[in-house]
Parts: sequence; C-alpha cells; structure tokens
Amino acid sequence: MIIALALILMCQLAGEVLTRSMGLPIPGPVLGMAIMFVGLMVRSRFPILKKPAGDGVLEQTGSGILASLSLLFVPAGVGIIQRLDILADHWVALAIALVASTVLAMVVTVLTFRLMAGKGDAS
Amino acid sequence: MSDVDFSLWVYLSRTPLLWLSVTLLAYGMTDAFSKKLNRHPLANPVLLAILIIAGLLRLTGTPYRTYFEGAQFIHFLLGPATVALAFPLYEHRETVKRALLPMMVALIAGSITAFVSAVWIASILGIPRSMLLSLAPKSVTAGVAMGITEQLGGDPALTAVLVILTGITGAILATPLLNALGIKDWRARGLAVGLAAHGIGTARAFQVHPIAGTFAGIAMGLNALLTAILVPLAASFIR
Repeated sequence: MIIALALILMCQLAGEVLTRSMGLPIPGPVLGMAIMFVGLMVRSRFPILKKPAGDGVLEQTGSGILASLSLLFVPAGVGIIQRLDILADHWVALAIALVASTVLAMVVTVLTFRLMAGKGDAS
Repeated sequence: MSDVDFSLWVYLSRTPLLWLSVTLLAYGMTDAFSKKLNRHPLANPVLLAILIIAGLLRLTGTPYRTYFEGAQFIHFLLGPATVALAFPLYEHRETVKRALLPMMVALIAGSITAFVSAVWIASILGIPRSMLLSLAPKSVTAGVAMGITEQLGGDPALTAVLVILTGITGAILATPLLNALGIKDWRARGLAVGLAAHGIGTARAFQVHPIAGTFAGIAMGLNALLTAILVPLAASFIR
C-alpha cells in the first residue's frame, strides 16, 4: 500500500519535473499517467518486477483513488461558485456559448469516431 | 453565542478538520443520492456537493481560504488520480489499440470544434475580445487551460470559472445528448465526454461504464495536449 502510493506519487513527480523543466504543453500528472502506463508495460515483460510493484496492490490503490474521482473536483468547484461575479454582465452570452460548444464538441467527436470506426463493435 | 460555543467555533475554524469533514460528508450524501436515482445526469454529485458547501460557507461567513485549508487534502489527490488513469488504460489497452486511428481523428475534430465553436458563438453574441481569449481553452483540464490563457494574455481566473462550469455542463448533458443520438458505443461516448468536459466528464464516465471512463481519460489527456498546441496557433492567425 505504502509502496503503491509512493510509486504513483513518483510518477506524478517525474511528470511535473519533466513538463516544467522542458516547458511541455501538457500537465505533469498527465505525463505521470504516461510514465505509469509505460511502467506497467515494462512490468509485464519482466516478472521479477512483479514483487515490489505487483500483487495487485498497485491496481487496488489506483482504482481506490479513481472510484472517488468526482469528489476531488469539489474543493475547486466551491471556489468557482464564489467567483461567479467574474462573469459579470456577459453571463447569458457565455452560458449560451458554453452549452452550445459543449454539445457541438460531443456531437462532432462521436460522429467522427463512428464514421472512422464504422458501426463497429461496442465492446 | 455563549463563550463556550464561541471558543469551540474559534478552534474549529482554525483547523483543517472541520471543512475536510464537511466536504467528505457533503459528497458522501450527494453521491448516495445520485446512486439512489440510478446516476441520473441532473443529480450530479459534484454540483450538488459544491452547492451545499458554498451555501454553508456563506451561512457561516467563512472565507474560501479557510475552507481550502481543509479541502486541500482532497484537492491534492487530483494529481495521483490522473496518474491512476494509467490502470484502466493498461487494462483495456487492446480495446484502445484497436480504436487508435478513429480515436485520434475524432479527438482532433472534437478538439477544434470545442474551441472554435465557443469563440465563434461568443463573438457573435458580442463578448469582448479579451474574454474570448479566456474562453477558448474551456474544455481543457483547469491547470493547462489557465496556462494557455495566461500565454495569450487573457484572464486565468475567468478561465478557471469557465472550465469548471463546462465540466459540470458536459457531465450533465452527455447522457441525454448521446442517448438522443442513439450512440451505444461506450468508446465513443467516453471520448466525447472526456474531450468536452475534461476530468469532471471523465469522473461521470467512470460512474456509467469502465470502458467509457477509460476512453474519457485518454480524451482528456490528449485534448489538453492538442488545445495547448492549436489554440495559441489559431490565435496567432487571427491577430
């Protein structure tokens, strides 16, 4: 459990250090996700690594955090609600632009995917 | 208030304990409520918990800074949770690999649609230019979106507000919209909500289906990268 947490934090740390030092346009934790993914691929090739990073504890810890992903947005969200005044006189126009563009982005993504993948399997 | 009540309040308002507990309790309640309603999109646990806590803060006259001293422990876990998205991605890597090309094309099309349509609609409605810059990256996860806005000379605080509102909007609209379109493919549904509504959309996707969650996580990560490259490029053309 401790080792698993440490490994997850170390991936994030490595991601933050890399993006910040190289000025990359992606968030540190997203790069950390890529590092963890590569780590999992490497682990599957070398069974020796299974011991410190295996037994499913790493996966359990990860899915434990992910199970409450929604919760993690609450603190930032509370801050936002208190700053709604920043939208000032433009809130109606911004709300329309926001809802319409969100709908359009989802429709275009889904239709493009369907067009490219064919009707395909939904597995 | 009596002296005892007052000193108790002084103690509680100084430790992170109170607002950390309140945050967990509020979310625990709204999450249970959302489950009871079979994850109905309108019963969004994030939105409801935010409203309850914001109400409590206003009622007690507590500044956000004090609240965040407790809530920061939860906020911190956003980073590790993003890293943890690697596990479902690894587990479903074969499914992802098979859909790689259509996924990439769909993400590029969706990413461009997200910021072009937002800026275009807002400019038709008479939003001033300085605000348009802050609106462009609103589908991207907050940290990156604020960075893009800063780079363009917009207002990062405004971007942060728009990002969270977009996330909640997307998480609420995704299910009814995609049902109306007759999309049953969990891969496509996940991509759409992760692209349009970043982490809050991804959290919603995981509540609905693991494959949707996995694809939402990929969409969120890649859209951050795409938007960070494309928005400054588009802005330099307009100038």
